[in-house]
Amino acid sequence: MTVLSGWGGYPRIDTEVLRVRDEADVARALDGGPLIPRGNGRSYGDSAIGAGRTLDMRGMDRMLGFADGVLTAEAGVLLSDVIEAFLPRGWFPAVTPGTRFVTLGGAIAADVHGKNHHLDGSFCDFVDWVDMIGPGGAVRRVARDDPGFDWIRGAMGLTGIVLRAGLRLRPVESGWIRQEVRVADTLDEAVEAFESRLDAPYAVAWIDGLARGAALGRSVIAFGRHAARDDLPPEARTDPFAVPRRREVPVPFHLPDFALNRFTVRAFNAANLAAGRRAEAKGPHLVDWARYFYPLDALKHWPRLYGRRGFMQFQCVLPLETSRAGLAALLDRIAAAGLASPLAVLKRMGPQAGRFSFPMEGYTLALDFPVSDRSLALMTALDDITDGHGGRFYLAKDSRLPARRLAATDPRVEAFRAERARSGADRVFASAQSERLKL
Amino acid sequence: MSGAVLVLGATSDMAREIARAFAAKGHPIRLAARVPERLADDKADLETRFGVPVTLHAFDALDTAAHAGFVAGLPELPEIAVCAVGLMGDQAETAADPEAAARVMRTNFEGPASILERLADAMEARGSGTIVGISSVAGLRGRASNYVYGAAKAGFTAYLSGLRNRLAKRGVHVVTVLPGFVRTRMTEGLDLPDRLTAEPSEVGAAVLRGVEKGRNIIYVRPVWQVVMTIIRALPEPIFKKTSL
Repeated sequence: MTVLSGWGGYPRIDTEVLRVRDEADVARALDGGPLIPRGNGRSYGDSAIGAGRTLDMRGMDRMLGFADGVLTAEAGVLLSDVIEAFLPRGWFPAVTPGTRFVTLGGAIAADVHGKNHHLDGSFCDFVDWVDMIGPGGAVRRVARDDPGFDWIRGAMGLTGIVLRAGLRLRPVESGWIRQEVRVADTLDEAVEAFESRLDAPYAVAWIDGLARGAALGRSVIAFGRHAARDDLPPEARTDPFAVPRRREVPVPFHLPDFALNRFTVRAFNAANLAAGRRAEAKGPHLVDWARYFYPLDALKHWPRLYGRRGFMQFQCVLPLETSRAGLAALLDRIAAAGLASPLAVLKRMGPQAGRFSFPMEGYTLALDFPVSDRSLALMTALDDITDGHGGRFYLAKDSRLPARRLAATDPRVEAFRAERARSGADRVFASAQSERLKL
Repeated sequence: MSGAVLVLGATSDMAREIARAFAAKGHPIRLAARVPERLADDKADLETRFGVPVTLHAFDALDTAAHAGFVAGLPELPEIAVCAVGLMGDQAETAADPEAAARVMRTNFEGPASILERLADAMEARGSGTIVGISSVAGLRGRASNYVYGAAKAGFTAYLSGLRNRLAKRGVHVVTVLPGFVRTRMTEGLDLPDRLTAEPSEVGAAVLRGVEKGRNIIYVRPVWQVVMTIIRALPEPIFKKTSL
């Protein structure tokens, strides 16, 4: 037995881990009782911890071919490997989450989104097909336009295990992003900024989670698009994909629980805001892909900032109609609690896709909280607000939602359960999360 | 253009990462294993990731009579040859079954020594090349838990040392790799201490570095050098009572 946790370090659960290296290994494993596949363990809570057994898919990390912009690869390949192999050839993932250290299988299971959901949709919108092994051990290729695909994307590995996929990459002319920064002094300004720039390929806001009153929702919004070769200074044009390599800075050990408090976070937020204003004054400027998409990847083991007890992330999406009111209520409640959350992110989402994927048209807010009773109480209050505004929750981030809350906020749950029962997946695939949420 | 790298015993987790490390540097890769068809996906992986040419070759470490023919049948004499052939076996089984014991001894010592001898001769005649042998810290002192495996690896380590000595003035370099614990198929299910256990990718990086720098003996995690120095220094009257 091994004690596993998600990226947040909470909860920690005993499970038997089996590394698989090929399709035959996976097929053999299906017979031994409930299990769940696990990629690189970047989901925050208990989605990738098996209720009993966990299949470590990192042994299946072969790229199998590339033609016409489509990469065929095994599920355990990391997005960081895709970038390393293909950015120098002029290709980049069409959708990427905030870390590149996720596997393709995990990205499909959570149907992850990036800073371009409002325009491009989520990860699975660029997956042409998957080879999936079902509960009975049969492997079938499911194309994106096959109705069966809708039961795979966002299904958290609970309907079958993705073995291989065809991933469509995006042609890019450089490794640089042309960024424009806006500082919004209020929530209304922030929402206005997003709504007026819906044509911006990438848009993401960092919110000051401690700002209250008139400053509620104060944020730094970064718009971006892939820089063309001609956008680069002449000296960079000879090798437009070369960007300065930054050293990874490790957080060497777990900080004490009190390290993140309202004073240190306030200082961090003030610095962040000042940096935002400087960037805004610069006008459009170039930042390299790693800095733009993956600022936290440069800080190795960053969850240690939260101390040994770990942290939880709250991420919900609110429908467009209720977004303004809902966000105001959420941020007000968060600021009132004063709980440290230096990383608070707001994004605009486009329409829903699939049968169980998280995104819907509206705004998504994500914040981290250190594990504590106060945080749990606050998150329950945030659940109430989300529920009251017709929002729903992102399972890839969740570590503590009660089953009845999920069912109340997401009417799709019933059909999802029925599909699991119909296919027999409910007897083969189970995670600590699916047990908790009664999926 | 970098020269070709031959990887013997290419289906192992370590071999896969060693091949990747060299492919990333632009070396053409020759993968050799008993059933080369099993390597089709690994070939595709190296070609897709790194854009290097990869060929597959049938090779049986125990079929020593065929080794000279195997070397002659390669597309070229490789610049670098890595032998990752190995078999841990089960100590209880190898103790009980002479054939199982012979298989462990032959796979870890006789087979690797035979193929490397053929490659060494050809490289010596050419006047250049590097030979890498993946041996084991288990060969540095026999322990109750795996002494048949350890004895075979000890033989292989001594063989590599002798080969290095013989070829030192002939333009051919020999690298001995003592990986320590590595999280591979071979060690699956064993409860290994995290600090002492390397990922296969660390082995790949260490071998590449060792070859580039012309090192003689490399441990993947430096801590193993300390651990083994202590284990080797224990006087036998004390050592024999330990259960390490």
